[in-house]
Amino acid sequence: MLASYVPILVLFGVAFALALVLMTLSRIAGPYRPNKIKLDPYESGMDPVGQAKERYSIAFYLVAMEFIVFDLEVIFIYPWAVGFRDLGVGTFYAMVVFVVILFVGLFYTLRKGTLDWDMKSLKHQAMKL
Amino acid sequence: MSSSPAGSLSNTIEEVTKHHTSAVIEAYTSSGDTFLRIEKESLLAVCSWLKEEHDFVYLADIVGADRFTSDERFEVIYNLLSLKNQCRLFVKVRCDEDAPSLESVTGIWPGANWKEREVYDMFGIRFENHPDLRRMYLPEDFQYYPLRKEFPLLGVPGSIPLPNTTPDAD
Amino acid sequence: MGIESALGEGYLTSRVDALVNWARANAAWPMPMGLACCAIEMMAFAGPKYDAARFGSEVMRFSPRQSDVMIVAGWCTYKMSHAVRRIWDQMPDPKWCIAMGACASTGGMHRSYGVVQGVDNFLPVDAYISGCPPRPDAVLHALMKIQDKIKTEHSVLLDA
Repeated sequence: MLASYVPILVLFGVAFALALVLMTLSRIAGPYRPNKIKLDPYESGMDPVGQAKERYSIAFYLVAMEFIVFDLEVIFIYPWAVGFRDLGVGTFYAMVVFVVILFVGLFYTLRKGTLDWDMKSLKHQAMKL
Repeated sequence: MSSSPAGSLSNTIEEVTKHHTSAVIEAYTSSGDTFLRIEKESLLAVCSWLKEEHDFVYLADIVGADRFTSDERFEVIYNLLSLKNQCRLFVKVRCDEDAPSLESVTGIWPGANWKEREVYDMFGIRFENHPDLRRMYLPEDFQYYPLRKEFPLLGVPGSIPLPNTTPDAD
Repeated sequence: MGIESALGEGYLTSRVDALVNWARANAAWPMPMGLACCAIEMMAFAGPKYDAARFGSEVMRFSPRQSDVMIVAGWCTYKMSHAVRRIWDQMPDPKWCIAMGACASTGGMHRSYGVVQGVDNFLPVDAYISGCPPRPDAVLHALMKIQDKIKTEHSVLLDA
Protein backbone atom coordinates (compact mmCIF):
# COMPACT_ATOMS: atom_id res chain seq x y z
CA MET A 1 0.00 0.00 0.00
CA LEU A 2 2.85 2.31 0.81
CA ALA A 3 4.38 1.47 -2.54
CA SER A 4 1.74 3.56 -4.32
CA TYR A 5 3.32 6.68 -2.80
CA VAL A 6 6.70 6.04 -4.38
CA PRO A 7 5.91 8.08 -7.54
CA ILE A 8 5.39 11.14 -5.36
CA LEU A 9 8.81 10.61 -3.82
CA VAL A 10 10.28 10.27 -7.27
CA LEU A 11 8.58 13.54 -8.24
CA PHE A 12 10.10 15.34 -5.29
CA GLY A 13 13.47 13.83 -6.06
CA VAL A 14 13.39 14.93 -9.70
CA ALA A 15 12.25 18.44 -8.84
CA PHE A 16 14.97 18.80 -6.26
CA ALA A 17 17.60 17.42 -8.58
CA LEU A 18 16.48 19.67 -11.43
CA ALA A 19 16.64 22.76 -9.26
CA LEU A 20 20.12 21.83 -8.11
CA VAL A 21 21.32 21.13 -11.63
CA LEU A 22 19.98 24.40 -13.02
CA MET A 23 21.49 26.49 -10.28
CA THR A 24 24.85 24.74 -10.46
CA LEU A 25 25.01 25.01 -14.22
CA SER A 26 24.27 28.73 -14.10
CA ARG A 27 26.99 29.17 -11.56
CA ILE A 28 29.55 27.21 -13.56
CA ALA A 29 28.75 28.22 -17.10
CA GLY A 30 27.41 31.68 -16.48
CA PRO A 31 29.54 34.80 -16.32
CA TYR A 32 29.43 36.79 -13.12
CA ARG A 33 30.55 40.37 -13.53
CA PRO A 34 28.80 42.50 -10.95
CA ASN A 35 29.20 46.24 -10.73
CA LYS A 36 27.35 48.84 -8.76
CA ILE A 37 24.90 49.83 -11.48
CA LYS A 38 24.05 46.25 -12.34
CA LEU A 39 23.15 45.51 -8.75
CA ASP A 40 20.99 48.61 -8.34
CA PRO A 41 17.24 48.03 -8.07
CA TYR A 42 15.48 48.28 -11.41
CA GLU A 43 13.29 51.33 -11.79
CA SER A 44 12.90 51.70 -15.57
CA GLY A 45 16.31 53.28 -15.93
CA MET A 46 15.64 56.06 -13.45
CA ASP A 47 17.21 56.62 -10.06
CA PRO A 48 15.25 54.63 -7.46
CA VAL A 49 12.82 56.84 -5.56
CA GLY A 50 11.18 56.00 -2.25
CA GLN A 51 11.04 52.81 -0.25
CA ALA A 52 10.70 49.36 -1.69
CA LYS A 53 8.31 48.33 1.07
CA GLU A 54 5.04 50.16 0.71
CA ARG A 55 2.24 50.05 3.24
CA TYR A 56 -0.87 48.25 2.09
CA SER A 57 -4.43 48.54 3.32
CA ILE A 58 -5.06 46.14 6.17
CA ALA A 59 -8.16 44.92 4.39
CA PHE A 60 -5.95 42.65 2.28
CA TYR A 61 -4.52 40.98 5.37
CA LEU A 62 -7.94 40.42 6.84
CA VAL A 63 -9.29 38.87 3.68
CA ALA A 64 -6.24 36.61 3.51
CA MET A 65 -6.84 35.45 7.06
CA GLU A 66 -10.48 34.76 6.27
CA PHE A 67 -9.43 32.74 3.28
CA ILE A 68 -7.05 30.58 5.34
CA VAL A 69 -9.69 29.77 7.91
CA PHE A 70 -12.40 28.83 5.47
CA ASP A 71 -10.02 27.05 3.14
CA LEU A 72 -8.95 24.78 5.98
CA GLU A 73 -12.59 24.19 6.76
CA VAL A 74 -13.12 23.10 3.19
CA ILE A 75 -10.08 20.82 3.36
CA PHE A 76 -11.69 19.01 6.25
CA ILE A 77 -15.07 18.85 4.57
CA TYR A 78 -13.75 17.33 1.31
CA PRO A 79 -12.69 13.92 2.64
CA TRP A 80 -15.89 13.65 4.58
CA ALA A 81 -17.92 14.54 1.49
CA VAL A 82 -16.20 11.82 -0.51
CA GLY A 83 -17.18 9.06 1.88
CA PHE A 84 -20.11 10.49 3.85
CA ARG A 85 -22.47 7.65 2.86
CA ASP A 86 -20.25 5.06 4.46
CA LEU A 87 -19.41 7.20 7.48
CA GLY A 88 -22.92 7.21 8.88
CA VAL A 89 -25.20 9.59 10.67
CA GLY A 90 -22.98 10.27 13.68
CA THR A 91 -20.27 11.72 11.51
CA PHE A 92 -22.87 13.82 9.76
CA TYR A 93 -23.90 15.43 13.02
CA ALA A 94 -20.27 15.97 13.99
CA MET A 95 -19.77 17.74 10.67
CA VAL A 96 -22.84 19.90 11.25
CA VAL A 97 -21.46 20.98 14.61
CA PHE A 98 -18.09 21.77 12.97
CA VAL A 99 -19.67 23.87 10.24
CA VAL A 100 -21.95 25.70 12.69
CA ILE A 101 -18.97 26.68 14.85
CA LEU A 102 -17.24 28.15 11.81
CA PHE A 103 -20.47 29.83 10.72
CA VAL A 104 -20.49 31.70 14.01
CA GLY A 105 -17.03 32.95 13.08
CA LEU A 106 -18.29 34.03 9.66
CA PHE A 107 -21.14 36.04 11.14
CA TYR A 108 -18.71 37.68 13.52
CA THR A 109 -16.51 38.86 10.64
CA LEU A 110 -19.50 40.04 8.61
CA ARG A 111 -20.73 42.15 11.49
CA LYS A 112 -17.26 43.48 12.11
CA GLY A 113 -17.05 44.66 8.50
CA THR A 114 -13.93 42.89 7.23
CA LEU A 115 -15.67 41.96 3.98
CA ASP A 116 -16.75 45.54 3.44
CA TRP A 117 -14.31 47.27 1.10
CA ASP A 118 -16.05 50.60 0.81
CA MET A 119 -13.27 52.69 2.26
CA LYS A 120 -15.46 55.65 3.04
CA SER A 121 -18.16 53.78 5.00
CA LEU A 122 -18.67 54.65 8.63
CA LYS A 123 -17.94 51.12 9.78
CA HIS A 124 -14.57 51.31 8.12
CA GLN A 125 -13.79 54.59 9.75
CA ALA A 126 -14.95 53.30 13.11
CA MET A 127 -12.55 50.37 12.81
CA LYS A 128 -9.79 52.84 11.96
CA LEU A 129 -8.67 50.71 9.06
CA MET B 1 -20.49 94.35 -37.38
CA SER B 2 -20.63 91.57 -39.95
CA SER B 3 -20.91 88.04 -38.66
CA SER B 4 -18.65 86.35 -41.19
CA PRO B 5 -15.15 85.55 -39.95
CA ALA B 6 -13.42 87.57 -42.64
CA GLY B 7 -15.72 90.47 -41.98
CA SER B 8 -15.14 90.50 -38.26
CA LEU B 9 -11.41 90.18 -38.77
CA SER B 10 -11.22 93.17 -41.07
CA ASN B 11 -13.39 94.99 -38.57
CA THR B 12 -10.92 94.10 -35.85
CA ILE B 13 -8.02 95.38 -37.88
CA GLU B 14 -9.85 98.66 -38.56
CA GLU B 15 -10.66 99.16 -34.92
CA VAL B 16 -7.20 98.34 -33.68
CA THR B 17 -5.70 100.79 -36.14
CA LYS B 18 -8.14 103.40 -34.89
CA HIS B 19 -7.67 102.71 -31.18
CA HIS B 20 -3.99 101.98 -31.00
CA THR B 21 -2.66 103.99 -33.92
CA SER B 22 0.77 104.48 -32.42
CA ALA B 23 1.12 100.78 -31.66
CA VAL B 24 0.31 99.29 -35.05
CA ILE B 25 3.21 99.15 -37.46
CA GLU B 26 1.59 97.15 -40.21
CA ALA B 27 -1.32 94.83 -40.86
CA TYR B 28 -1.43 92.49 -43.84
CA THR B 29 -2.86 89.22 -45.06
CA SER B 30 -0.80 86.44 -46.53
CA SER B 31 -1.95 83.00 -47.67
CA GLY B 32 -5.32 83.50 -46.06
CA ASP B 33 -3.92 84.53 -42.65
CA THR B 34 -4.07 87.99 -41.12
CA PHE B 35 -0.96 89.43 -39.46
CA LEU B 36 -0.73 92.46 -37.23
CA ARG B 37 2.66 93.82 -36.28
CA ILE B 38 2.76 96.06 -33.23
CA GLU B 39 5.30 97.89 -31.11
CA LYS B 40 6.62 95.87 -28.23
CA GLU B 41 5.83 98.55 -25.66
CA SER B 42 2.12 98.30 -26.38
CA LEU B 43 1.96 94.51 -26.44
CA LEU B 44 -0.02 94.17 -23.22
CA ALA B 45 -2.40 96.98 -24.06
CA VAL B 46 -3.23 95.64 -27.52
CA CYS B 47 -3.49 92.02 -26.35
CA SER B 48 -5.82 92.75 -23.49
CA TRP B 49 -7.90 95.00 -25.73
CA LEU B 50 -8.10 92.22 -28.33
CA LYS B 51 -9.15 89.74 -25.67
CA GLU B 52 -11.77 91.98 -24.04
CA GLU B 53 -13.25 93.75 -27.02
CA HIS B 54 -12.84 91.26 -29.84
CA ASP B 55 -13.13 87.95 -28.00
CA PHE B 56 -9.68 86.60 -28.83
CA VAL B 57 -9.87 84.49 -25.72
CA TYR B 58 -7.85 81.57 -27.03
CA LEU B 59 -4.09 81.94 -27.33
CA ALA B 60 -3.28 79.03 -29.60
CA ASP B 61 0.49 79.38 -29.68
CA ILE B 62 3.46 81.66 -29.18
CA VAL B 63 6.29 81.14 -31.65
CA GLY B 64 9.63 82.80 -31.92
CA ALA B 65 11.51 83.54 -35.11
CA ASP B 66 15.10 84.56 -35.72
CA ARG B 67 15.15 86.99 -38.62
CA PHE B 68 18.94 87.13 -38.52
CA THR B 69 18.97 90.86 -39.29
CA SER B 70 21.25 93.23 -37.49
CA ASP B 71 18.41 95.21 -35.93
CA GLU B 72 15.24 93.82 -34.40
CA ARG B 73 16.57 90.33 -34.77
CA PHE B 74 13.90 88.33 -33.00
CA GLU B 75 10.21 88.19 -33.68
CA VAL B 76 7.59 86.68 -31.41
CA ILE B 77 4.29 85.72 -32.99
CA TYR B 78 1.12 85.26 -30.96
CA ASN B 79 -1.46 83.02 -32.58
CA LEU B 80 -4.84 84.27 -31.35
CA LEU B 81 -8.12 82.59 -32.04
CA SER B 82 -11.59 84.00 -31.55
CA LEU B 83 -14.01 81.14 -31.03
CA LYS B 84 -17.02 83.43 -31.03
CA ASN B 85 -16.21 85.06 -34.34
CA GLN B 86 -14.40 82.02 -35.71
CA CYS B 87 -11.35 83.91 -36.86
CA ARG B 88 -7.61 83.76 -36.30
CA LEU B 89 -5.19 86.65 -35.94
CA PHE B 90 -1.39 86.59 -35.73
CA VAL B 91 0.12 89.37 -33.64
CA LYS B 92 3.83 89.93 -34.22
CA VAL B 93 6.27 91.77 -32.04
CA ARG B 94 9.93 92.35 -32.75
CA CYS B 95 12.77 92.76 -30.31
CA ASP B 96 16.48 93.42 -30.44
CA GLU B 97 19.33 91.03 -30.21
CA ASP B 98 20.94 92.51 -27.09
CA ALA B 99 19.08 91.34 -24.00
CA PRO B 100 15.86 90.55 -25.83
CA SER B 101 12.87 90.87 -23.57
CA LEU B 102 9.15 91.27 -23.82
CA GLU B 103 6.28 91.64 -21.42
CA SER B 104 4.67 88.36 -20.49
CA VAL B 105 1.05 87.90 -21.45
CA THR B 106 0.39 85.29 -18.76
CA GLY B 107 -1.75 87.85 -17.00
CA ILE B 108 -4.05 87.95 -20.00
CA TRP B 109 -3.92 84.32 -21.10
CA PRO B 110 -2.63 81.96 -18.36
CA GLY B 111 -1.89 79.38 -21.04
CA ALA B 112 0.99 81.52 -22.22
CA ASN B 113 3.10 80.21 -19.36
CA TRP B 114 4.65 77.20 -21.04
CA LYS B 115 4.67 78.76 -24.49
CA GLU B 116 6.78 81.64 -23.27
CA ARG B 117 9.05 79.21 -21.48
CA GLU B 118 9.56 77.40 -24.77
CA VAL B 119 10.39 80.65 -26.59
CA TYR B 120 12.82 81.50 -23.83
CA ASP B 121 14.40 78.06 -24.04
CA MET B 122 14.85 78.19 -27.79
CA PHE B 123 15.75 81.87 -28.37
CA GLY B 124 16.70 83.37 -25.06
CA ILE B 125 13.97 86.01 -25.12
CA ARG B 126 13.18 86.90 -21.51
CA PHE B 127 9.59 87.61 -20.53
CA GLU B 128 9.10 90.15 -17.76
CA ASN B 129 6.68 89.28 -14.96
CA HIS B 130 6.57 85.67 -16.04
CA PRO B 131 5.72 83.59 -12.96
CA ASP B 132 8.22 80.81 -13.68
CA LEU B 133 10.70 81.58 -16.44
CA ARG B 134 13.00 78.62 -16.86
CA ARG B 135 13.98 76.27 -19.63
CA MET B 136 11.31 74.01 -21.01
CA TYR B 137 12.99 71.13 -22.82
CA LEU B 138 16.73 71.44 -22.40
CA PRO B 139 18.71 70.86 -19.21
CA GLU B 140 18.79 73.88 -16.88
CA ASP B 141 22.51 74.36 -17.27
CA PHE B 142 22.47 74.27 -21.07
CA GLN B 143 24.36 77.32 -22.27
CA TYR B 144 22.98 77.90 -25.73
CA TYR B 145 19.72 78.81 -27.41
CA PRO B 146 19.19 76.18 -30.09
CA LEU B 147 16.81 77.87 -32.51
CA ARG B 148 19.03 80.87 -33.03
CA LYS B 149 20.49 80.73 -36.48
CA GLU B 150 24.10 80.51 -35.37
CA PHE B 151 23.52 77.34 -33.35
CA PRO B 152 24.84 74.38 -35.36
CA LEU B 153 22.41 71.71 -36.53
CA LEU B 154 23.90 68.91 -34.50
CA GLY B 155 24.56 71.06 -31.48
CA VAL B 156 27.78 71.66 -29.64
CA PRO B 157 29.52 68.34 -28.89
CA GLY B 158 29.53 67.67 -25.20
CA SER B 159 26.89 70.25 -24.33
CA ILE B 160 24.38 67.58 -23.34
CA PRO B 161 26.17 64.74 -21.56
CA LEU B 162 25.96 61.17 -22.74
CA PRO B 163 25.83 58.40 -20.13
CA ASN B 164 28.93 56.81 -18.67
CA THR B 165 29.93 53.82 -20.77
CA THR B 166 32.30 52.24 -18.26
CA PRO B 167 30.26 51.06 -15.30
CA ASP B 168 33.00 48.68 -14.21
CA ALA B 169 35.56 51.39 -13.71
CA ASP B 170 34.70 52.72 -10.28
CA MET C 1 44.75 14.05 -21.06
CA GLY C 2 44.16 11.09 -23.27
CA ILE C 3 40.94 12.12 -24.83
CA GLU C 4 42.18 15.65 -25.51
CA SER C 5 45.28 14.57 -27.40
CA ALA C 6 43.42 11.92 -29.34
CA LEU C 7 40.64 14.17 -30.54
CA GLY C 8 42.53 17.42 -30.91
CA GLU C 9 43.38 20.31 -28.64
CA GLY C 10 40.54 21.61 -26.57
CA TYR C 11 38.03 19.06 -27.82
CA LEU C 12 36.17 18.79 -24.54
CA THR C 13 35.93 22.49 -23.87
CA SER C 14 34.95 23.23 -27.42
CA ARG C 15 32.15 20.68 -27.14
CA VAL C 16 30.98 22.38 -23.96
CA ASP C 17 31.28 25.73 -25.69
CA ALA C 18 29.31 24.53 -28.62
CA LEU C 19 26.57 23.19 -26.39
CA VAL C 20 26.36 26.29 -24.23
CA ASN C 21 26.45 28.61 -27.21
CA TRP C 22 23.81 26.58 -28.99
CA ALA C 23 21.60 26.78 -25.92
CA ARG C 24 22.12 30.53 -25.57
CA ALA C 25 21.58 31.24 -29.24
CA ASN C 26 18.31 29.38 -29.37
CA ALA C 27 16.91 31.08 -26.30
CA ALA C 28 17.77 34.73 -26.85
CA TRP C 29 14.98 36.57 -25.04
CA PRO C 30 14.72 40.14 -26.27
CA MET C 31 14.38 43.21 -24.10
CA PRO C 32 12.36 45.51 -26.31
CA MET C 33 13.55 49.08 -25.95
CA GLY C 34 10.79 50.37 -28.17
CA LEU C 35 11.31 54.10 -28.27
CA ALA C 36 9.42 55.12 -31.40
CA CYS C 37 7.78 53.86 -34.58
CA CYS C 38 10.17 50.94 -35.03
CA ALA C 39 8.52 49.45 -31.96
CA ILE C 40 5.46 48.72 -34.07
CA GLU C 41 7.52 46.67 -36.50
CA MET C 42 9.08 44.99 -33.50
CA MET C 43 5.60 44.03 -32.35
CA ALA C 44 5.00 42.60 -35.80
CA PHE C 45 8.27 40.72 -35.50
CA ALA C 46 6.91 39.12 -32.35
CA GLY C 47 3.46 38.57 -33.81
CA PRO C 48 2.12 35.45 -35.48
CA LYS C 49 3.14 36.18 -39.06
CA TYR C 50 6.86 36.85 -38.55
CA ASP C 51 7.02 34.79 -35.42
CA ALA C 52 10.09 35.51 -33.37
CA ALA C 53 9.24 32.73 -30.95
CA ARG C 54 10.23 30.07 -33.47
CA PHE C 55 13.77 31.47 -33.28
CA GLY C 56 13.82 31.08 -29.54
CA SER C 57 12.86 34.65 -28.67
CA GLU C 58 9.88 33.25 -26.96
CA VAL C 59 8.92 36.20 -24.78
CA MET C 60 9.61 39.90 -24.83
CA ARG C 61 10.97 40.34 -21.36
CA PHE C 62 10.46 43.94 -20.33
CA SER C 63 12.68 43.43 -17.37
CA PRO C 64 16.40 43.71 -18.06
CA ARG C 65 17.12 41.03 -15.49
CA GLN C 66 15.40 38.35 -17.53
CA SER C 67 16.52 39.16 -21.03
CA ASP C 68 19.50 38.50 -23.28
CA VAL C 69 19.17 40.80 -26.28
CA MET C 70 18.24 44.48 -26.13
CA ILE C 71 16.53 45.67 -29.28
CA VAL C 72 16.72 49.46 -29.43
CA ALA C 73 13.87 50.36 -31.74
CA GLY C 74 13.55 54.03 -32.46
CA TRP C 75 15.52 57.21 -31.99
CA CYS C 76 17.14 57.85 -28.67
CA THR C 77 17.27 61.38 -27.32
CA TYR C 78 20.10 62.56 -25.08
CA LYS C 79 17.62 62.64 -22.19
CA MET C 80 16.55 59.03 -22.74
CA SER C 81 20.07 57.77 -23.39
CA HIS C 82 20.80 57.73 -19.67
CA ALA C 83 17.83 55.50 -18.96
CA VAL C 84 18.67 53.17 -21.86
CA ARG C 85 22.28 52.87 -20.76
CA ARG C 86 21.26 52.13 -17.21
CA ILE C 87 18.87 49.43 -18.32
CA TRP C 88 21.64 47.98 -20.48
CA ASP C 89 23.95 47.98 -17.45
CA GLN C 90 21.32 46.20 -15.41
CA MET C 91 21.10 43.32 -17.88
CA PRO C 92 23.19 40.40 -16.70
CA ASP C 93 25.88 39.02 -18.97
CA PRO C 94 25.93 37.59 -21.57
CA LYS C 95 24.02 40.24 -23.44
CA TRP C 96 23.83 41.54 -26.99
CA CYS C 97 22.33 44.62 -28.59
CA ILE C 98 20.46 45.18 -31.83
CA ALA C 99 20.12 48.71 -33.16
CA MET C 100 16.89 48.58 -35.10
CA GLY C 101 16.12 51.08 -37.77
CA ALA C 102 17.90 54.08 -39.20
CA CYS C 103 17.38 56.19 -36.10
CA ALA C 104 18.96 53.78 -33.65
CA SER C 105 21.83 53.04 -36.01
CA THR C 106 22.79 56.56 -37.02
CA GLY C 107 20.23 59.05 -35.84
CA GLY C 108 18.21 58.55 -39.01
CA MET C 109 16.01 61.38 -40.15
CA HIS C 110 16.52 63.23 -36.87
CA ARG C 111 19.65 65.18 -37.62
CA SER C 112 19.27 67.26 -34.49
CA TYR C 113 21.05 68.39 -31.35
CA GLY C 114 18.58 66.55 -29.17
CA VAL C 115 18.85 63.09 -30.79
CA VAL C 116 21.84 60.84 -30.29
CA GLN C 117 23.25 60.14 -33.75
CA GLY C 118 23.34 56.39 -33.33
CA VAL C 119 23.03 54.45 -30.10
CA ASP C 120 26.51 53.06 -30.65
CA ASN C 121 27.68 56.32 -29.11
CA PHE C 122 26.92 54.81 -25.72
CA LEU C 123 25.93 51.16 -26.27
CA PRO C 124 28.01 48.31 -27.68
CA VAL C 125 25.84 47.35 -30.65
CA ASP C 126 26.20 43.90 -32.18
CA ALA C 127 23.83 44.13 -35.13
CA TYR C 128 22.47 47.10 -37.06
CA ILE C 129 19.27 47.00 -39.04
CA SER C 130 18.65 49.58 -41.71
CA GLY C 131 15.20 50.64 -42.72
CA CYS C 132 12.64 53.18 -41.71
CA PRO C 133 11.06 51.13 -40.33
CA PRO C 134 12.74 47.86 -41.23
CA ARG C 135 10.47 45.03 -42.24
CA PRO C 136 9.97 42.40 -39.55
CA ASP C 137 11.90 40.00 -41.77
CA ALA C 138 14.86 42.30 -41.48
CA VAL C 139 14.62 42.16 -37.71
CA LEU C 140 14.50 38.38 -37.94
CA HIS C 141 17.61 38.52 -40.11
CA ALA C 142 19.37 40.57 -37.44
CA LEU C 143 18.27 38.09 -34.80
CA MET C 144 19.77 35.30 -36.88
CA LYS C 145 22.99 37.29 -37.17
CA ILE C 146 23.05 37.61 -33.41
CA GLN C 147 22.53 33.86 -33.14
CA ASP C 148 25.51 33.31 -35.43
CA LYS C 149 27.53 35.68 -33.30
CA ILE C 150 26.56 33.82 -30.15
CA LYS C 151 27.60 30.53 -31.69
CA THR C 152 31.12 31.85 -32.16
CA GLU C 153 31.48 33.08 -28.58
CA HIS C 154 34.64 32.30 -26.68
CA SER C 155 35.16 29.52 -24.21
CA VAL C 156 32.69 29.25 -21.45
CA LEU C 157 35.25 28.10 -18.94
CA LEU C 158 37.25 31.30 -19.36
CA ASP C 159 34.29 33.24 -18.08
CA ALA C 160 33.62 31.68 -14.70
